[in-house]
Amino acid sequence: MSILEPALPSVDPVLNPHTARKARPGGTFARQIAAHIPWVVSTAVLLFFVLAAIAPNLLAPVDPLAINPSEAFSAPGAGHLLGTDESGRDIYSRIVHGSRASLLIGAAATGIGLSLALVLGTIAGFGGRWLDFGVGRILEVLFALPGLLLALVFIALAGPGVATTVIAVGLTTAPGYARMIRAQIIALRTSPMVEAATVLGRSRTRILTTHILPNALAPIAVLATLGLGQAILWAASLSFLGLGAPPPAPEWGTMLSAGRTYLVLAWWMTLFPGLAIVLVAAAATVLSRSLKSRGPR
Amino acid sequence: MSAGEPVLRVENLNVSFGGRNVVSGVSFTVHPGECLALVGESGSGKSVTARSLIGLAGPGSLVQVETLDVAGRDARNVSQRSWRAIRGKHVGLILQDALTSLDPLRKIGKEIDDALRIHSGLSGAQRAARVMELLDTVGLDDPIRRAAQRSGELSGGMRQRALIASAIAWDPQLVIADEPTTALDATIAASVMARLGELRQTGSGMLLISHDLATVANVADSIAVMQAGRIVERGPKEQVLNDPQHPYTRALLAAVPAGKPRFTRLSPAVDTPATSSHQPAKIVSAQSELASPGEVAAQGEAADVVLPVLSARGLCKSFPLAGKANFRAVHSVDFELLPGRTLGVVGESGSGKTTTARIALGLIKPDAGDVRLFGEPWSAVPESGRRSRRSSLGAIYQDPLSSFDPRLSTGSLLADALSSGATRNPRSHSKRINELLEMVGLEQDVAARNPARLSGGQRQRLAIARALAPDPRVLICDEPVSALDVSIQAQVLDLLDELQQRLGLSYLFISHDLSVIRHMSDDVLVMRSGEVVESGATEAVFTAPQHQYTRELLAAAPPLLRGR
Amino acid sequence: MSASAAATNRSHGSFGASVRWLLRKLGGGIFVLWAVATAIFFGIRMIPGDPAEAILGGPGSQASPEALAAARAQYGLDLPLHVQYFGQLWRLATGNMGTSYSLKIPVTDVLRELVPSTLILAVLALLLAWAMALVLAVLSTRSGGLGTALASGLEIVSAAVPHFWLASVLIMVFSTALGWLPPVSTNTPAGLVLPVITLALPLAGFLGQVMRDTMEEAQRSAFALSARARGESETGVLLRHSLRHAALPGIALSGWALGSLLSGAVVVESIFARPGLGRSLLSAVTTRDIPLVTGVALLSAASYVVIMALSDIAERLVDPRISAP
Repeated sequence: MSILEPALPSVDPVLNPHTARKARPGGTFARQIAAHIPWVVSTAVLLFFVLAAIAPNLLAPVDPLAINPSEAFSAPGAGHLLGTDESGRDIYSRIVHGSRASLLIGAAATGIGLSLALVLGTIAGFGGRWLDFGVGRILEVLFALPGLLLALVFIALAGPGVATTVIAVGLTTAPGYARMIRAQIIALRTSPMVEAATVLGRSRTRILTTHILPNALAPIAVLATLGLGQAILWAASLSFLGLGAPPPAPEWGTMLSAGRTYLVLAWWMTLFPGLAIVLVAAAATVLSRSLKSRGPR
Repeated sequence: MSAGEPVLRVENLNVSFGGRNVVSGVSFTVHPGECLALVGESGSGKSVTARSLIGLAGPGSLVQVETLDVAGRDARNVSQRSWRAIRGKHVGLILQDALTSLDPLRKIGKEIDDALRIHSGLSGAQRAARVMELLDTVGLDDPIRRAAQRSGELSGGMRQRALIASAIAWDPQLVIADEPTTALDATIAASVMARLGELRQTGSGMLLISHDLATVANVADSIAVMQAGRIVERGPKEQVLNDPQHPYTRALLAAVPAGKPRFTRLSPAVDTPATSSHQPAKIVSAQSELASPGEVAAQGEAADVVLPVLSARGLCKSFPLAGKANFRAVHSVDFELLPGRTLGVVGESGSGKTTTARIALGLIKPDAGDVRLFGEPWSAVPESGRRSRRSSLGAIYQDPLSSFDPRLSTGSLLADALSSGATRNPRSHSKRINELLEMVGLEQDVAARNPARLSGGQRQRLAIARALAPDPRVLICDEPVSALDVSIQAQVLDLLDELQQRLGLSYLFISHDLSVIRHMSDDVLVMRSGEVVESGATEAVFTAPQHQYTRELLAAAPPLLRGR
Repeated sequence: MSASAAATNRSHGSFGASVRWLLRKLGGGIFVLWAVATAIFFGIRMIPGDPAEAILGGPGSQASPEALAAARAQYGLDLPLHVQYFGQLWRLATGNMGTSYSLKIPVTDVLRELVPSTLILAVLALLLAWAMALVLAVLSTRSGGLGTALASGLEIVSAAVPHFWLASVLIMVFSTALGWLPPVSTNTPAGLVLPVITLALPLAGFLGQVMRDTMEEAQRSAFALSARARGESETGVLLRHSLRHAALPGIALSGWALGSLLSGAVVVESIFARPGLGRSLLSAVTTRDIPLVTGVALLSAASYVVIMALSDIAERLVDPRISAP
């Protein structure tokens, strides 16, 4: 029904689901190309921002902090591709230089969230009934403050700042990951694959290290890709609310927060940093979706 | 064959998807009261043919046909709107598994009512009365209660009947049934098939689609055999079954295990290189001529010295059900598997076959009773005590792919099974891997591939190779051929036979399929609701069943399966 | 067969089973509220900084030691820890959430005043998001390949849009440039349009992705084929079968949707200068007004518990495969 996934005749699916799934016509060359476009575009977008984070001067030689009052509020054009802000700083340069802070905050938050989730999920998945129950209750409490609420409560206790933002966003995303990891481990633990390894006389530790953990990690990579986009989005929201990175820093959320004051005067101060966030978050979603469909089974 | 205009006439039907031909030049007719069976293996194009006949070949399909008369109407170039007036009213379609073919979120009464409402003219009260009548017609007790249930709340047989009711709501002139009994247990399948047969007495023509020649043999008047999108043979049932002309039909019939004594080849010998090089094909007319090692021992003077390789005494196992009382999966099961012999375990779903196998494998602990391996305690010892002895016991399953680690290639998978240490490098075991691959009839280049890219038959061969890697004496086979096409099933069964003779293996062979069990087993256990209702030498049980349930099971199997 | 027999038994939940289900949910809810209150109580005391300082306007206020001591005495901060803790639990259990540090009025009064405004916003946004997700799903299944690709792209981009940026862009276009709608939100229809769209769009993107996946699966399913073979029209298949299936993941995500709406409310209420829970939470967070933060946190945790219970019931009503409560 779609170009990406041509609907196919189901060829006796019950008899042999595996061969049935295999039996899809290749489609024309053009179609195969078309199916890869979203993947290629999103990879390119992410590569651009990763490069910007690693070597911003390569992509934007102009100093993102250089104040030039005479050029304040320049509209996008030849001199400044995406315009300038209230102090005459180049927006394009600030977006490029801001990718490091934004990507790092996103990555660190995702890392914290995933690590916490890995610990909780593994304990729940392997620890037996009571530990599973205990972790389940902890997750329930974390889930009860969904979205930004947990992050905001945490910031209320610990005070604002970049470090707090990172931990807060990590905490916000952890329960969702933890539940998925737990389900993944339980599914693997009771899988025919593990049964077959037991029949071959493998010890529990060997099954855990050679079969369960490696197979559980692949989907987590997919999760992390998806989570990165969301973490950047959450962190930018907190910065925008004035709870993250302090103003002069070229961080996307902070830039947007500054742009809000001059919304009427300089729309480019709001439009472009926001577009950067949308691009990264959307590209991460597309990439993780295609990773998921390409993964083993 | 009844007189009158045919209810279905197809001439030169061609269906393609994206330039790939799936059905080519198919022609046939169905007369009122006639049942034509369209038989073929997976991918033969039989289901696409059926769907094309009612304009539902699916998106992306290109259907070309010279003549298509459905229920007296020329159905070429018919608009979707006109098709809708024909479907459900003049033609009924019955699909495979009613659990998915009836909307699981809707009451079955609603689903049946839909068929009536769409072609309306009837008031709500009339329709409600007709729904009750239909449910009664297809043999569902307590229609009022059934109408208010969803497909998930009914047993497999009941919901298949409900699906039939929704398809015959308007007494259509033509009923197309696509694998209508494939998902059902044998006894239930027999009664559903009988119900379908009765539809013809009202003058409906029927197109019955199946992967299995044997199951249609009872009902069909004529048979058309499909292979790779073409009809290769067509004729009256007796002619096709008794005097097949096309080699493919002959191969299909030869692949049916029923009525073929132990160790008779079911597949053409060329398929397995191992067979051709080591073991010439055996065509044996009677079981006594070729005794398996176990039998030799059993027939000798030292008969009472032969110890069972695997034995069970009084196995019991219950599983807790949500809230309610425990579910008794297995209750006081005894068996003995003698060296070099095959013990078949047969029963319908929920009979406790698989639980028995899992207890024997030491995967679950029995509540009572014990299993002994080579006379030594097995189920009673902890896993750490079993581990070193596990190499003598192997297992193969219905779905081999799910038992493989998805990250491993075929070669690594075998290397993993061979190495007790950490190394999984295929190179360090290459000689033994090649030996194993050859033993199960797989080419060596398979080793570099991912099992997900192998065919169903190849995967099961790989699973057998992996099970054989530690050199076991006993193999537990849990429905090893149930997911395979008949011809592939034949090859795998032949392979198991051959390996047993070559390596002196003992099999605990579990299947729901009577004909497979009869062909493979020396002794048999018949199970129902967790209990063994009958056991003994296979031929004795099959020719002179003592228990009522065994007789029912045998009676439910189509004649072709009971052996001719 | 035994499995389906069990399914039959389970689907007829008795009155006793329903009571047990209700008690379990209630117990779980009380546990969650207790845990949230306890975590905040000890959290604030584990972190360096004097709560009394926050009462007097934060670390920058340079309050005198006498004033700090007075504030401590007034709020009971000089009592032993366990006395404070159990006193706090008792007050919360009796519906007393204390006095807001910054507003100097009881937290319960603040909440009572703000809940309706946020509720209107959230409910309207939820309805709009559901409608958009469904319309998108239906349109894309009806329009074939290109439509699906387009819908999928639209959903992914919507879900990636941050609330605060969307709000700014909408104000830029519809208030500043076109002058159609006010940039400040009131409870008039015109004043609600922009905030509701801001909240609904990202949510619709998420809901749309899962609902369309399920819908397409339903369209390709065997039961849809059966329905077509019965003579059902494509519209009929969609309305009678696929839509119902598509609603299931939407219901299952309602707890998550609540999170999206409340987080969005924090941003949207700030940008559109609209009084509400979110905006008060933000100012409570920046002034470290712990009683107010505790109040909002407990209220949203309670609504999460209630929403999850309701979605549980809704799911069971739509999908009989899940056992009845």
